[in-house]
Amino acid sequence: MKITGAEALLESLRREGVDVIFGYPGGAVIPVYDMIYQKDFPHILTRHEQGAVHAAAGYARSTGKPGVCLATSGPGATNLVTGLATAYMDSVPVIAFTGQVSTTMLGRDSFQEADITGITMPITKHNYLVKKVSDLPRIIKEAFHIATTGRPGPVLIDLPKDVSVGHLNYSYPKTVNLPGYKPNYEGNAKQIKAASAALAAANRPLIYAGGGVISSGAEQELLRLAEKTQIPVTTTLMGLTAFPSNHPLFLGMLGMHGTAAANYAVTNCDLLLAIGARFDDRVTGDINAFAPHAQIIHLDIDPAEIGKNVRVDIPIVGDIKNIISALLPQLSPGRYEEWLETVERWKKQYPLAYQPQEGTIMPQAVIEELCALTKGDAIICTEVGQHQMWTAQYYQFTRPRSLITSGGLGTMGFGFPAAIGAQVGNPDRLVIDLAGDGSIQMNIQELATIASYQLPVKIIILNNGYLGMVRQWQELFFEKRYSQVALTNPDFTKLAEAYGIKAYTAEKPEELRELLQAVLEHQGPALLNCLVHPEVNVLPMVPPNGPIDQMLGVGET
Amino acid sequence: MKHTLAMLVVNQPGVMTRIAGLYSRRGYNIESIAVGQTEDPKISRITLVVETENEAELEQITKQLYKLIDVIKINDITKDDAVERELALIKVSATSANRAQILQIVEIFRAKIIDVSLDALIIEVTGTQDKVEAMIALIKPFGLKELVRTGKIAMVRSAVQS
Ligand SMILES: Cc1ncc(C[n+]2csc(CCOP(=O)(O)OP(=O)(O)O)c2C)c(N)n1
Ligand SMILES: [Mg+2]
Repeated sequence: MKITGAEALLESLRREGVDVIFGYPGGAVIPVYDMIYQKDFPHILTRHEQGAVHAAAGYARSTGKPGVCLATSGPGATNLVTGLATAYMDSVPVIAFTGQVSTTMLGRDSFQEADITGITMPITKHNYLVKKVSDLPRIIKEAFHIATTGRPGPVLIDLPKDVSVGHLNYSYPKTVNLPGYKPNYEGNAKQIKAASAALAAANRPLIYAGGGVISSGAEQELLRLAEKTQIPVTTTLMGLTAFPSNHPLFLGMLGMHGTAAANYAVTNCDLLLAIGARFDDRVTGDINAFAPHAQIIHLDIDPAEIGKNVRVDIPIVGDIKNIISALLPQLSPGRYEEWLETVERWKKQYPLAYQPQEGTIMPQAVIEELCALTKGDAIICTEVGQHQMWTAQYYQFTRPRSLITSGGLGTMGFGFPAAIGAQVGNPDRLVIDLAGDGSIQMNIQELATIASYQLPVKIIILNNGYLGMVRQWQELFFEKRYSQVALTNPDFTKLAEAYGIKAYTAEKPEELRELLQAVLEHQGPALLNCLVHPEVNVLPMVPPNGPIDQMLGVGET
Repeated sequence: MKHTLAMLVVNQPGVMTRIAGLYSRRGYNIESIAVGQTEDPKISRITLVVETENEAELEQITKQLYKLIDVIKINDITKDDAVERELALIKVSATSANRAQILQIVEIFRAKIIDVSLDALIIEVTGTQDKVEAMIALIKPFGLKELVRTGKIAMVRSAVQS
């Protein structure tokens, strides 16, 4: 039986188990939207295509399943760019469909034509321009395979209008044939043996875990590895939730705003076991002073990450879960007591801390309070800035995939739409966007989305009246020349109310808990505007490109 | 150092753009790139000559290239026993006074004259890059008007059976 490209698209999505599309219509995708209408395919209409792609990513990051978004050609497609780059940097499986002008009109600067495959080449794992409708099922099959296997990442499929209205004999392929794409999942046995020998010989080993642990679903394996060997664990921003925040072996996040204990441990360890982490500059600081005494073992699914930023002594390429599982039986219980004592002393001596100030809400206190009220069990999405770092520092995560944040690209405006996707994917969980007053305004239009679908997303704004993180840099490194960082904000409460969303403003420390509770307990969407101290800095802080054991805000060793 | 990479890629539109884009994005330089179909029309062969600072850089760029879905195989054949060829077309000013001299050079290089006009000749030369470069150097003094080069293509020799 012949069906149209648009119908084939939805049928293929159904077979891939897709239960929702985040999207926004327009001329080039009207045939697809017509089919969505006819088939009653679940669809969330965002108010901006950037909202749709971040929502798809929030869905994917929180559920582990691929997220799907749809936009029209030209401006619809280009509005996806930031979201695709964000997903690419954090290895998130997103499948983006874009409309395109008809194949006969391609290359003529037709109305709403943009070369989106050309534009997104460097920010997608792969992309396709479908030229023949009969290719569509194969391309969708490949796209899902590529997005979700190996090191995950976004894939874009550009659909010319004549492809969506054209007819084909539909059958969905069972397998893919991609001769150039063969991710390696099993770690090399010899290398695994070498790693276990190195661990046995080490005196001061440290696990440095990244987002790859979560992509691989290896949280349990990591926990077993750490507990069996008694090796302390630090994670990157993306690695948070891969290991329980309240575990005695956990040192907190490392890097620019890492804990003193984590950063000292890196500088002093004699063996660094990097697991699904990529030695980003926000982690390493001065790369030459990073883990200077350590032998480095690096586990990663992506061979290109090995040796990219640091020299690695024992690389093991493969799926993290498989590698740790193979490594575990070869390891003996740890005998690193002395090292653990040292690390413990750092933890006690240099805990995360801040000075409460009379009469004003401290931003860190909001997160501590929130953590206590939610018992560390909520899905926390963040925007980008100081509030993001405080969330990473002070929220004690208890469950994997519960921190949804833009780590690699650092995209303001990500958190709120990501929370929409996370809520759609986890209807029974409490989903919170922890926002800055600057960032929330980057995709504020999505208030209409949560209002119209009555998605019970909670927005908590740490309103410091500043682009706080930039202000912090200007304070510390530009002699307080506050250039273009003071914000004249709308009344966020009134704004939310205009959308029909319950909203409160917290001004005094004594009302914080009660208002937080009111927002969290509200059945539908709700917003809390917390007026916090305007000039608090995120500490500790490693000055850019400095060695990570030299932090502002940490006393003498 | 210069490296010659022989790559097999899926013959898809855009594959050259992906490779060239990857190079410029990661800050590497391509010296030459030549592409064409292989015996299997679904697969193309790309011969890439790249300049890299050290082995680590070459390794990194090779791994990045492998990440492209359409890249099937990459061989560094710099040190292999391979036959290499490049073709160049050279347009040179030629007067009745120096024409004979030019023809002599063409002869020595076993090149060919493929077009003749009143004041110019077009020479076709094939050979290793060294040979092509030597030819160009000798022709230059006569007045080089235009030059096109294909970039190097290469093929590893089969092992001799005993
Ligand atoms: C899209 C985008 N533009 C600019 C930046 C640069 N930037 C990083 S943090 C920041 C300030 C964010 O302000 P706010 O959301 O109020 O958070 P705060 O730091 O005050 O908590 C800016 C402008 C960015 N990360 N993303
Ligand atoms: Mg702010």
